[in-house]
Order: sequence, then C-alpha cells, then structure tokens
Amino acid sequence: MWVAAPLVPAAAALGASFGVLARTAHMGAAAAVVMSATTFAGSAQVAAVSVLGGGGGVAAAVAAALLLNTRYTPIGISIAQSFRGRFLRRLTEAQLVIDESWALAGGGTAGFDRGVFLGAGVALWVAWTAGTAVGALLGGVIGNPSSFGLDGAFAALFLALVGSQLRSRRAFAAATGGALIAVALTPVAPPGIPILAATVAALAGWRRK
Amino acid sequence: MSAAWATVIAVGGGTAVLKAVGPVVVGGRPLPPRLLGLLSMLAPALLAALVIDEGFASGRSLVLDARVAGLAAGASAVMLRAPIWAVVVAGAAATALARLLF
Repeated sequence: MWVAAPLVPAAAALGASFGVLARTAHMGAAAAVVMSATTFAGSAQVAAVSVLGGGGGVAAAVAAALLLNTRYTPIGISIAQSFRGRFLRRLTEAQLVIDESWALAGGGTAGFDRGVFLGAGVALWVAWTAGTAVGALLGGVIGNPSSFGLDGAFAALFLALVGSQLRSRRAFAAATGGALIAVALTPVAPPGIPILAATVAALAGWRRK
Repeated sequence: MSAAWATVIAVGGGTAVLKAVGPVVVGGRPLPPRLLGLLSMLAPALLAALVIDEGFASGRSLVLDARVAGLAAGASAVMLRAPIWAVVVAGAAATALARLLF
C-alpha cells in the first residue's frame, strides 16, 4: 500500500536496530526474528530486550512489554467492526494491528479503510521482520542504524496524523487531553501506562457536544 | 528453556491476545452509536500521546533533543499541506541533521 511506502524503509531500519540490540542483550538471532514475527510491536520488544540485557528477569521483561502493548486492546476494539470471517481469520488479521497501520488507515474514524490497514500492516510486518534478521545476523558489520533520525520520523508521522484528526472542537479537546496525560504521567508511571491512560481523554472529547 | 526464549513466547502470546480481543470478540457486529462516538475520539487522544512519547520521552524523562527538529520540520510540512510521506522524510532528515550538528 503506497501510503505506507515511506515507513517501510524506516520500519526495516528500526527492525535492524532491534536485531542489533537483541544480540547485545545475548538473545540469539532466531529468537530475535521469531519475536519480531510474532509480537510485531517495536517499543514492547525493545523494552523486553532492554530488561533482559540489563539483568532483569523474564517476569520483569514480559511485564514491561505487555504493559506497553495494553493499548492494542482499545485500538483493536475501535476497528473491530471491520473484521469479518471465521475466528482464525480475525485472529490472524488482528496481529497486523500496530500504531502505524491503525493510524494510516484512519482507525477510530468512520472513514477506516480496511484495505489500507491490511496492506500497510503486511508491508510493515515484512519490513520489520526482515530488518530484524539483517540486524541480528550482521549487527556488528552495519553499526547501529538508529542514528539516522528514525525516531524523529515516527514522531513526525504521529504529528501529521493527529493534525488530520483535528476537524472538530471535540477532537481538539481529546488530543489536548491525551497529550497532557502523557506529559503528566511519563515521569512517574512505567513505560506504556502514559499512552494507555491517554485513552481516557477520549471522554473529554466525547462529552463535549 | 533459556530466558530469551521464555520471554519471546510469553510476550508473543500475550500480545496476540491483547491485539485480538476486539476483532475476535466484537467481530463484524455493529457497535452502539454512543460507543462509536467515544471510539472516534480515541484516535486524536492516542495520537497526541504518541507524539509526546515518540518526540519527547526518553525512558521516564521528558527531554528536548534532536527529535524536536524533526517535529518542527514535520509540522512545517503539515502546514504546507505536504503528503504524509514528505512529512515523514522531513522529520527523519531534520532529526538526523540536528543529531549530526549538535
């Protein structure tokens, strides 16, 4: 899907930097690639590997990653209507839910585009998993790809997407509330919680008629 | 089983469940209009929080670093009504340049 095109190289490079990080945390290349293919959520994977590499236990690593991914439950519910077919098909397609595929497809709005969601999800999954393999196998050779401004690219993406949402006073109230909650909670709550808590700001936009 | 594989399996399984709750339980059934109204406000709230998280968060700290240049370039591109790919490219280029210079 062409809307995901600029994100494909970014996802591949981020995948490679995850692969490099996983190896430095003594995770094998196979485990790193399997994690990217099954979990498919960058921040949670980085968190889990960082905890393991820092000497934390399995329980701490799993808790950190799953806290970061709790937001995918409200995100999944917001687009649940457009999933059709048998249990297994819905279960499989649901794995393509990530921030970028959801947001690019207009998730949470009446204009949600299922084709964009699936296309972007598959393209980003392939880039992320293949990138991880390259990083995990060639880590020492390519250096750390995260120094290319990729973090700024994703920040700019979310900024552009939030800009496209601000069509009403209600949406503006929800966005302002979400940003304020994230600012307030980032210094005090474990990673993942600020973003999950920001979903409460949807109420601010909802009640204001 | 090594700690790495135990983590891979537990995180993968847990994430699959978190992602699938809505699509599997709700499926293609229609949702009540009031709930849909609430869910339509989820996008601006979550996206704004993601801007803060991707643009300013570093672990548990809020910091001003090279990503600010990326956000400024991205915002300028948005104002100029640039397509989304151009916003992303501008964000990456400005962040990388700022990191190189400072």
